[in-house]
Amino acid sequence: MSVTFIVGVDGSDASNRALAFAKRQASLVGEECKLMLVCVVEWSPYKFQTTEENAIRHKQKQEESDSAQKRVIDPLLEALKNDGINAEGRVIHGKAATILNNIAVENNAEQIFVARSTEQGLSARVFGSVTANLVMGSNVPVTVVS
Amino acid sequence: MISKLFTALTVSFFALFSSLVSASSIDETINSVFSSATGWFVSLIFSPLPGTSFPWIVLWLVVGASVFTLYFGFIQFRAIGHSISLVKGDYSNPNDAGEVSHFQALATALSGTVGLGNIAGVAVAVSIGGPGATFWMILAGLLGMASKFAECTLGVKYRNQFDDGRVSGGPMYYISKGFIERGLPAGFGKFLAALFAVFCIFGALGGGNMFQANQAHAQLSGVIGDYPGWITGIIFAVVVFAVIVGGIKSIANVTEKVVPFMGVLYVGTALVIILMNADKIGWAFGQIFEGAFTGLGVAGGMVGALIQGFKRAAFSNEAGVGSAAIAHSAVRTNEPITEGLVSLLEPFIDTVVICTMTALVIIITQQLVVDPTTGLYMLNESGTIQTADGSSGVALTSAAFASAFSWFPYILVVAVVLFAFSTMLSWSYYGLKAWTYLFGESKGAELTFKIIFCIFVFIGATISLGPVIDFSDAAIFAMAVVNIIGLYFLMPVVKKELNSYMTRLRAGEFKKFK
Repeated sequence: MSVTFIVGVDGSDASNRALAFAKRQASLVGEECKLMLVCVVEWSPYKFQTTEENAIRHKQKQEESDSAQKRVIDPLLEALKNDGINAEGRVIHGKAATILNNIAVENNAEQIFVARSTEQGLSARVFGSVTANLVMGSNVPVTVVS
Repeated sequence: MISKLFTALTVSFFALFSSLVSASSIDETINSVFSSATGWFVSLIFSPLPGTSFPWIVLWLVVGASVFTLYFGFIQFRAIGHSISLVKGDYSNPNDAGEVSHFQALATALSGTVGLGNIAGVAVAVSIGGPGATFWMILAGLLGMASKFAECTLGVKYRNQFDDGRVSGGPMYYISKGFIERGLPAGFGKFLAALFAVFCIFGALGGGNMFQANQAHAQLSGVIGDYPGWITGIIFAVVVFAVIVGGIKSIANVTEKVVPFMGVLYVGTALVIILMNADKIGWAFGQIFEGAFTGLGVAGGMVGALIQGFKRAAFSNEAGVGSAAIAHSAVRTNEPITEGLVSLLEPFIDTVVICTMTALVIIITQQLVVDPTTGLYMLNESGTIQTADGSSGVALTSAAFASAFSWFPYILVVAVVLFAFSTMLSWSYYGLKAWTYLFGESKGAELTFKIIFCIFVFIGATISLGPVIDFSDAAIFAMAVVNIIGLYFLMPVVKKELNSYMTRLRAGEFKKFK
């Protein structure tokens, strides 16, 4: 039976520590364990935008996704592959806590791994109060890595 | 006709700036040149039906909105619940997050429509047409929901999606593409599309620009003391230039975030004033209903009230005008009809709710002077209703709010400036899309339009209200002439989409995610 661990990543040192911990747990489980790396680009459908921003939004979304894929997901997947860990990665827009939980439920994941906090910018958004929301609202166990 | 319009404007530009050099009063010179340059256009649009005083353009809008209401089976009433569900995101797939949501498209379009039309336009309507104009304004808002539904559905269905992911939509695209798809004369479609684009440019420069700058200046000078309009004009033009040419997004971002807050504050304050005068609410509605059918002494009686109500409603919510179709076309959806259903909320929020609030505050605070012996409204020499302090336009709304809260004019001046600015930004985009449709998508073409737009900000703040309102109205309504013709030809496309969508909705084909 395969085991799936969800790992919230954003390229920061803190999220790398969470991934390292998840990797150790995956190694303990064995070959049937798969890591699913999820990079969430924070996005609210209720954010106010100008007409011009709306007109180029689709293009922007693609750029954001491509950037996160190249900057965050691809290097991590490459490193995991070299270490012999079965892994896949996704970039998704939305609310981080909701997305991580939804993906965990959809994939029958055993656990979610996230960092406690990160230093700034997107990282702070994803792993700041988002972590607390995830811990309180998650349908699967959550491991918060300091 | 198109070349005549452009020639008139070009001539007015050169005449304007050559006169500036020697003019003793900049304001008066600009006013005089502008009035003479645009007068013929205004007369053409607002000429009355033969033998009556009823402008043909108002009938055009009423008939258009009524036809769409009947043709789509009163869609604005039977689908409003589903529209709200769509805005709430009940049917939005979380996997599509990151794209423009229905809520965002609606909010963006509303930021372009909710503005001075709701504050100054309503004041103009009730001071000319009396309280009865409010009734016709609400009716026009309700009927206009069907027009908005049709145009925004088509806006999404026939938008242009460029290779780099950008989106351009609006009447010029759906008229030209829709005519070809339906096997209608392609040349006629292209002609209508081009004509719409020309009028859209005028609308952007008139109602979307000069009217905003003009009324912002009126409010500013009313609160901080009288000063020349060209000072406001230069400041506004520089800020607009900084955003649309200089690309300083922070100004636009701040505006977009503050405007919704100001809107809520405005409606909230209006509600408080109405509740403070709860004993007069019944009387106010009595005046609205009685005035709607008798006029209560206003110039033109019932017809005068009706004309003003419909004119101001159309100017405020822009239903049938086609501008919203440009704003809504950016949303990502596989079902164009859903954007039409969302957009029909726009006239409701703009006109039925916000405009009615403004009108009620003006009526309830008794800004309009009534002859105590006859019970009819007293008119001044110009044929408008006498007001308590002689004010008109945005100053009348300001006086009405100030009668309850003396500090409100200071809030209102911030709201007016922000509303004006946000509307200008939206219309600069609409105008730009029309401009690039005509002259091609190039940096040079875009820059040319943006500079012209900034020049008109300056002109709008400088000239007096009369010529600005007349030209603003004429330009906006000219857009509606072409757009509604296009909608008549393309409404079967919308109906087909609607029937297909509703059948699938009833069959449970669309998953609810919330």
